[in-house]
Amino acid sequence: MATENAEHALTPSSYITHHLSFNAKPIGDGSFWVLNYDSLIMSVLLGAVVMGLIWWVARSATTGVPSKGQAFVELIFSFVDEQVKNIFHGDRHSFIAPTALTVFLWVLAMNAMDFLPVDVMHHFVYAPLGLENWRSVPTSDINTTFALALAVWFLMIYFSIKAKGLGGWVHELFYAPFGGAKFFKPKSAMGYVGLLLSPLLFVANFAFNIIEYVSKPLSHSLRLFGNMYAGEVIFLLIGLWAATGLTGTIFGAILGAGWSIFHILIVALQAFIFMMLTVVYLAMAHESH
Amino acid sequence: MNINFTLIAQAIAFAVLIWFTVKFVWPPLLSAIETRQKEIADGLAAAQEGKSALEVAAKKSEVTLNEAKQKASEIIGQAEKRGSQIVEDAKGVAKTESDRILAGGVADLEQEINRAKEGLRSQVSALAIAGAEKILRKEIDANAHSEMLSKLAAEL
Repeated sequence: MATENAEHALTPSSYITHHLSFNAKPIGDGSFWVLNYDSLIMSVLLGAVVMGLIWWVARSATTGVPSKGQAFVELIFSFVDEQVKNIFHGDRHSFIAPTALTVFLWVLAMNAMDFLPVDVMHHFVYAPLGLENWRSVPTSDINTTFALALAVWFLMIYFSIKAKGLGGWVHELFYAPFGGAKFFKPKSAMGYVGLLLSPLLFVANFAFNIIEYVSKPLSHSLRLFGNMYAGEVIFLLIGLWAATGLTGTIFGAILGAGWSIFHILIVALQAFIFMMLTVVYLAMAHESH
Repeated sequence: MNINFTLIAQAIAFAVLIWFTVKFVWPPLLSAIETRQKEIADGLAAAQEGKSALEVAAKKSEVTLNEAKQKASEIIGQAEKRGSQIVEDAKGVAKTESDRILAGGVADLEQEINRAKEGLRSQVSALAIAGAEKILRKEIDANAHSEMLSKLAAEL
């Protein structure tokens, strides 16, 4: 770590900033028109590798006795298919189940980049390639997780409208979950009050639905982002300790190994949760209230 | 940690990946697994069918075996009966034949005895005449007494 960035003074904050900043390339005016091309390249590369491998196995899939590779792919396939089958009771094979498989494997692969030791990767892979500030973990970029969540959000609205029609969807915005105004003949004074106040249900329903539509993509994306970002920060803190001397190196190594092992659980779990939420949101879009 | 254009780029990448999986990855895996499941189910059903067919065949073979055994014992019984009958018949035939042969032998024997008697009779008369001739040569004329002698011989 001492040799890194010889021209800058190496402080803990510069070390962390160095590892947590993106390769941002402006492509236009304004703060939005910036591309984190390290996130993009890593995610596209991982997606191509993972789905390419699956495709390579699927292309030559035999109906007879499967090879070990095919058996492994079928294991993942059946796992995802089983989860989707339990949640969504429609034609899952045409879209939702393949989407769940894509989300699971892609997010898993992107999360798994967290296992790469940041400094080793930087010194021996990225720096020799001339890549400074290269981020390995696309899911610790809020843009990646939010892109996935937002795509799922649009799919959710699309399926909702497809299942219920545009009128049905708008109707649901105002009539669910509390029900709507009804025209009835009041039998008492309180009945008149109820009749007059019942249009307020539209407001309550609409507000409720808006909150739901806003919170879904936020919680969906921030959960994954937060977990992966926090994991990365903890690796960096362990790395900082390891730089303080022999004791720090020994304990840093032990803690780093421990956190890596624990992180295996988080990586797989967050990928699974992201997939399950995707399936649940898309399944909910098909249900009418 | 700003939201920027990466969002849109990643969303496009996501869409492409989903399209790829829907189009190229999911269908072959699904069809492979479903075909295998069907094959296994068919195989199990066929095995079950074979098992029940085997049971039926075993039952049938037992019945056939019993029938065959019964028939065989029947045939053996008939054969035994027939054999003893043949032996009885043969015994009867042999008895009559032996009786016939015996009767023929006895008749032949009697005939021989008669013939011998006849021979002896003629020889005895000749001997008697010769003896008498020798005794009576001098005193009795042969011609005068021959009639009486032949009468004597006939009475013998």
